[in-house]
Amino acid sequence: MVEAKDLRSSDEIAWCPGCGNFGILNAVKRAITELGRNPKDVLFVSGIGQAAKLPHYIKCNCFNGLHGRAVPVAAAAKIANHKLTVVVSTGDGDCYGEGGNHFIHNIRRNLDITLIIHNNQIYGLTKGQASPTTDPGYETKFQPEGVIIEPLYPLEMAIAAGAGFIARGYAADFEHLSRLIVEGIKYKGFALIDVLQPCVSFNKKNTFDWYSKRIYRVNDDNSYNPEDRLAAFQKSSEWGDKIPVGIIYKIEKNTYEEKTGLSERMSLAEEQIENVDIRDILKDFS
Amino acid sequence: MDNELTIKIAGEAGQGMQTVGGALCNVFKDAGFYLFANQDYMSRIRGGNNFYQIRISDRPLYTLRQNSDIVVALDKPSVGIHGKSISKDGVIILDRKRFNITEENSAFFDIPMYAIAQKTGGNEIFVNSVACGFLAEMTGTDFNYVDDVLRAAFVDKKEDIVKKNIEAAQAGYDFAKNNFKRDIFKIKKGNAKKTLLMTANDAIGLGAIAAGCKFYSAYPMTPSTGLTNLMAHYAEKFHMIVEQAEDEIAAINMIIGASFAGVRSMSGTSGGGFALMVEGFSLAGMTETPIVIYEGQRPGPATGFPTRTEQSDLDYLISAGHGEFARLILSPGSIEEAFYLTLKAFNMAEKYQIPVLILSDQHLADSYRNIETFDFNKVKVQRHIISKEASKNVKNYKRYQLTESGISPRAIPSWIDDPIYADSDEHTEEGHITEDAGIRTKMVEKRLYKKMAGLSKETEKPVAFDIKGSDCILVGFGSTYGVLREVKESMPDKKIGLVHLPQVWPFPAEDMTELLKEAKKIIVVENNAGAQLARLLRRETGINADRSILKYDGRPFNLDTLIQQIEQEK
Repeated sequence: MVEAKDLRSSDEIAWCPGCGNFGILNAVKRAITELGRNPKDVLFVSGIGQAAKLPHYIKCNCFNGLHGRAVPVAAAAKIANHKLTVVVSTGDGDCYGEGGNHFIHNIRRNLDITLIIHNNQIYGLTKGQASPTTDPGYETKFQPEGVIIEPLYPLEMAIAAGAGFIARGYAADFEHLSRLIVEGIKYKGFALIDVLQPCVSFNKKNTFDWYSKRIYRVNDDNSYNPEDRLAAFQKSSEWGDKIPVGIIYKIEKNTYEEKTGLSERMSLAEEQIENVDIRDILKDFS
Repeated sequence: MDNELTIKIAGEAGQGMQTVGGALCNVFKDAGFYLFANQDYMSRIRGGNNFYQIRISDRPLYTLRQNSDIVVALDKPSVGIHGKSISKDGVIILDRKRFNITEENSAFFDIPMYAIAQKTGGNEIFVNSVACGFLAEMTGTDFNYVDDVLRAAFVDKKEDIVKKNIEAAQAGYDFAKNNFKRDIFKIKKGNAKKTLLMTANDAIGLGAIAAGCKFYSAYPMTPSTGLTNLMAHYAEKFHMIVEQAEDEIAAINMIIGASFAGVRSMSGTSGGGFALMVEGFSLAGMTETPIVIYEGQRPGPATGFPTRTEQSDLDYLISAGHGEFARLILSPGSIEEAFYLTLKAFNMAEKYQIPVLILSDQHLADSYRNIETFDFNKVKVQRHIISKEASKNVKNYKRYQLTESGISPRAIPSWIDDPIYADSDEHTEEGHITEDAGIRTKMVEKRLYKKMAGLSKETEKPVAFDIKGSDCILVGFGSTYGVLREVKESMPDKKIGLVHLPQVWPFPAEDMTELLKEAKKIIVVENNAGAQLARLLRRETGINADRSILKYDGRPFNLDTLIQQIEQEK
């Protein structure tokens, strides 16, 4: 039985004190232990940014790649060994900005991977520029007159692109967030968990206090049906005085592994390749 | 040149030149001819002017000729465009009535091919089969070969379609028999019946499959598409996943992810696509993840000539990727080399945990030639990972353990009990992020010096002929091998030596110094404007070429014009 202490990494944590990321890290550890996954069978993939450091702080496999490119690495690692539990730890800049194209097209691929997006609505590591989810009007050194372009609504985008599991969590609500992560990993297919994460250093607007006044749990309302696509669109666009968290949308879909037949076979990584015989197909060239 | 023919079939895109060209290649091979065939096509789906060139002989061929002995014009513009490049005694086959051509030309031979197609097949589309028929007759090729090839080509079509094609071909054959009364094109056949007919794109794909490639991801780009098509065609049979990526950035990051998780992985692209991959290329270097990338060059900059050929990406690939790390760049010069070097690419990528590039170009990628079957004794998959069995005993694993060779034992995630950390930041032996100057120095030396030292000990040797006592040595890399070889054979009275480089990085400096130390004259022949190989030779060996012959019009060298250029004193 894996316990949270078994997941403790030897690496020193380099986040700012009080960062929302600590809550996410704890929720991730709780979810992995609750799921009973052996850490050697779990792969965390990340790009660049503060969220991308998370895989170093948990004793599971880690591939910390390029800015914006975590998702294609994760997708193909899953293809190579579909028995791995693959989780992407990414941020709003990494996933919705630099890696936007991969975000859209991997929703379409629908591999059984889970994305945890630390959405702090700001660029932290590069010290405070606007991200795709920064609220309009917010002033930064790069946008001294305030952000003038429209923010991206990632949950709406994910529904439109065809994602089957879309949730939003809050970094300060450990219990709720770890439940969402458990549900996301258990879900067969591409699972998106956008986590509202206050940045104590660079986002002076969307603070713990700001969020705590606005957040409510959408699944507490029994009349909300997460299988209703139109209702989910409506919930996803709610932003301002009230901000919903929870499972916004969830439907069953065929996964890439099922469609390609991968799920029926041993992993590609385990296949013997020493004696692949191509002599039979040379007749196609004779 | 004795006992050989060059046939050109020209028309507009969409007229089926590829179909008729491909069918004819098979007809000629089955009849025993050796051949070299290449399609010259424009970047468009319909219209323009495309042609298919087939050179046949009783001996193996490696390149193209400047002039054609038979030009088949499938449209009027082709008569003017290709009529000029006719050999002495050459013939231009045209449909006077259809093209409304009344002028006289002693090279013209009129075949009402469209009327024949209409009459036999009920549609002008059958003109391709008519052409197959009359070309078979004119070259003394038995109609049975045409019949067999057309049946095989249309095997998926309705019986009616097969029948019409064969009737159209028979009518073309009969027309030539009754009207074309010259025997000069009925040349001697060779023993090529049992050979294989393929392109370098095909050979690279076959090499990748034999090497145990299980994951191929790419974004479509000419001229690498042939490789992608082959991989997709055989994916199910060989349990490979072939995935069309959303862009080349995704493609390279995907193959890195798959490789990290334990499978041999590959991508194929051209220069523009590789430009998007360059950051990922650097990632493979930093994370020490083995990958194989095929780069089929085409003329740049930017979109350049999408369907044509050039060797202008040599400098670019040698220095691609920010930062410093080891890489291997192989540059096959033939279809056979393309196969064996692809196998080597996978073995070396895994052994050194580096990115390996297979550098080719449109000319080699898309040209057909017949080859003897592969020597399967030379096909060896050498794995360089901790096996699943041995993984049970691994304790305190460090992904980037410092070793004498610079190579750290590579474990596969989930096979060992320990977690594996890989990082694109500078990292410790454990794979965690560090800013330590001492570790940084050691890691740079590991990735660059130590791996390069190992790679340099097992370079693919330059292929050299008749160096000793030569008056002149021709030097080239990649696709020029074929033309250089035939140029040398065609000038037996001149003492010409030849050096072909199947590997350009690490540059085989010692071998080249040895081969060229007594050279009286060195001519470097390259399909680019910058004399990139000549400059690389100078940079790595201090040897100055006496002359560079460069071609940068988007077309490959051919035997005749290269001989002329060599003979012209500078």
